[in-house]
Amino acid sequence: MTLDAKIPSGPIEDAWAKHCFDMKLVNPANKRKHSLIVVGSGLAGGSAAASLGELGYKVKCFCFQDSPRRAHSIAAQGGINAAKNYPNDGESVFRLFYDTVKGGDFRAREGNVYRLAQISGKIIDQCVAQGVPFAREYGGSLANRSFGGAQVSRTFYARGQTGQQLLLGAYQALERQVHAGSVTMIPRHEMLDLIVVDGRARGIVARNLVTGEFSVHIADAVILASGGYGNVYYLSTNAKGSNATAIWRAYKRGALFANPCFTQIHPTCIPVSGDYQSKLTLMSESLRNDGRIWVPKKKGDTRSPDQIPEDERDYYLERRYPSFGNLVPRDVASRNAKAMCDEGYGVGKSGLGVYLDFSEAIQRLGEKTVRERYGNLFDMYQRITDENPYKVPMRIYPAIHYTMGGLWVDYELQSTIPGLFVLGEANFSDHGANRLGASALMQGLSDGYFVIPYTIGNYLATNKFPKVEDSNPAVQEAVTAVKSKIDKLLSIKGNRTVDSFHRELGKITWDYCGMARTAEGLQTAIAKIRALREDYWKNVTVAGSADDLNESLEKAGRVADYFELAELMCIDAHERNESCGGHFREEYQTPDGEAQRDDEHYSYVAAWGYAGPDSPPSLTKEPLEFEYVHPSQRSYK
Amino acid sequence: MKLTLKIWRQKNSNEKGAFVRYSMDDVDPEMSILECLDVLNETLILKGEAPVAFEHDCREGICGSCGFMINGIAHGPERATTACQLTMRHFKEGDELTLEPWRAKAFPLIKDLVVNRRAFDHIIEAGGYVSVSTGQAPEGNNLPVGKEIADESMDAAACIGCGACVAACPNASAALFTGAKITHLGVLPQGEPEKERRALAMVAQMNAEGFGNCTSIGECTGVCPKEIPLDVIAHMNCDYVLGTVRRRDDLPTPVTPVTA
Repeated sequence: MTLDAKIPSGPIEDAWAKHCFDMKLVNPANKRKHSLIVVGSGLAGGSAAASLGELGYKVKCFCFQDSPRRAHSIAAQGGINAAKNYPNDGESVFRLFYDTVKGGDFRAREGNVYRLAQISGKIIDQCVAQGVPFAREYGGSLANRSFGGAQVSRTFYARGQTGQQLLLGAYQALERQVHAGSVTMIPRHEMLDLIVVDGRARGIVARNLVTGEFSVHIADAVILASGGYGNVYYLSTNAKGSNATAIWRAYKRGALFANPCFTQIHPTCIPVSGDYQSKLTLMSESLRNDGRIWVPKKKGDTRSPDQIPEDERDYYLERRYPSFGNLVPRDVASRNAKAMCDEGYGVGKSGLGVYLDFSEAIQRLGEKTVRERYGNLFDMYQRITDENPYKVPMRIYPAIHYTMGGLWVDYELQSTIPGLFVLGEANFSDHGANRLGASALMQGLSDGYFVIPYTIGNYLATNKFPKVEDSNPAVQEAVTAVKSKIDKLLSIKGNRTVDSFHRELGKITWDYCGMARTAEGLQTAIAKIRALREDYWKNVTVAGSADDLNESLEKAGRVADYFELAELMCIDAHERNESCGGHFREEYQTPDGEAQRDDEHYSYVAAWGYAGPDSPPSLTKEPLEFEYVHPSQRSYK
Repeated sequence: MKLTLKIWRQKNSNEKGAFVRYSMDDVDPEMSILECLDVLNETLILKGEAPVAFEHDCREGICGSCGFMINGIAHGPERATTACQLTMRHFKEGDELTLEPWRAKAFPLIKDLVVNRRAFDHIIEAGGYVSVSTGQAPEGNNLPVGKEIADESMDAAACIGCGACVAACPNASAALFTGAKITHLGVLPQGEPEKERRALAMVAQMNAEGFGNCTSIGECTGVCPKEIPLDVIAHMNCDYVLGTVRRRDDLPTPVTPVTA
């Protein structure tokens, strides 16, 4: 298979406008004749469903939560980037594009990233118009702050709840379309399979999570915006319900999965405290603007932080990266924290933690200003740890936070299955091997508000959509497959819970395919995952039945998918013999421990195809070309 | 530490429910109450019993999924804290905690501690937005918004839609939730043109969903994990009254008063 990314030719700055003109349009009277399915109601799905509804399409939007407002985009704290250059500090579309390509360690497509940077400003305008209460200066203009990996202040924010406010903006726009009758919202439903008829995506099979009822939904196109797969690791900053089932079932129906090993470890999370722990809590990266990261210079120093004098502290990021200091990108900050802890400098009971200290900022700015900037984050930290970060430095440790990999899409966000579009974190497109802070919200909203409304028209206008009956063999086959999988899970009645399997799988994936990877370790991981998966299908026990609200059953299906996905992540990580961004292979590093890329051999997108339960996945490579940003060794020194 | 959980168990809305006691032997003070339920559920599943159904998702206090009454208080005894962030260190050895679902006519029970809160979506659907479609926005900085106004709007916009306010209110009123959205949008210049229509439509929907009237008791703001101030209800009443007085033909017909 060859992959056509459909990147327009010609100067990059005109490419999107030209492409928009070249794409076919659906005339307004015909739009209401087209039906669309959107799976997921976060920033990407919510904004897409709302915008497509406004255009006049008939949209059905699904989410597994009780309300679209609960989607996990809501938990994003720090902010959203845009190339507005309000602070007059040298920002431009080109700089945002450049920083994103470089930040992604030259593993993203230039064309997609440039479009993202171009659209970024319009996103802010749209959100402001919706009434998103962004932070303001006293004069009434929009406030900006800096964020990890950037030397300009391009981040817009709403206290520490930017994701919440942007999501509520999209949710309200969505509810407006529900009111107008153009969008039907279907909450508490989980997509369990994709229906592919004559090679094209034509619908989904969903399960009602309250009644257990299965339903078939047919449409002219299907849009997946179901988020990332960080929960493979069990402990992550994702919501408990976040899952990969929608994209994984699409993969098994023929959509290629790109760069599955590109996962992001966020540097500033609250360290693990016990075995019962169900998730990890993020502390916004914005804290690194004013907080200073350090460890004691002496190994295994058990003194309390206030007893350690200034000259016995190692501010290792400031020492190693003088020009970016505490604001280095996430992958660099995470790796350094791990290295310090591995060498024995870690703090806290487990030794897996470093200090994030605000005492200098409190002295310089006063406690009031610090409280204004980070009050809710400090409160959250105190609620969880019972320590007061105004007095004692926070303890932080890296945790899985975001997945750059996802279903492969072209410039029009269409997967390798015609009629299946993938938006937001669920696709692989814009962040390469490492995402910069405050760029996920930007991408989700760009895809949903400003890309899919244009590109879907091109698909709808150039294809015909014969009616698909429920009796169609493809529909029947999908429904039967879904039902038999659920019956199988319920019938095993083994002796281990789903969660205990998931924890073990997460531990394997974290140990071998987390912050540092080796060829040998990845092979070990693949063997362990396979063995555990086999055990799962013999010994798992799932409570209850299929005909009512049964979280145990929901989890069982998702974990079954994680086993397969975790294996693919390890295969991909094993195949990529280089280090780039969040993918750090210990064999490939510079003498001073930085990631060593191999552009000659690995400057490509690795797109994996499903080849059946007993065959290894097939690899298709999409070469990456860099015309505007010359790949260089990333340096933040 | 050891403690007892007395939990409301109800298979579905058609069957009768009852409290069931579970003793927990090894509760870590650092765990959240939801993690405590996770541990209980693991043991129930292995014993072949039905695990306790409870709503949860982000577990960091922002999605609004979780919440139940803990010893009669929505989200439990800690101020400004959702159940998912309520750690067990706030309880003592030997305590008995009574967990029961939100109880309100507009929130019908689904199972155990899970209720249906779709009524909140319907209230937003009725008018909780600025009527601007994608692409219609002017340049962001063309419309200055004073910092104080943006802050006031943000204070109200922080609502997570968990439903604690309704559960705590003796009248099961949704005035704090509805008022929060009306205030978030109404104080901003972007939301100003529609503020009367918005208040009339949202209040009408709130009543239609079966929520009770507000009698200014203030339990709602007391349990609100985001500390939404009671002022938002005054704001709602103000916009509502303005809409009633204007009586423009294009506005929704006023319904029964907001405050009894």
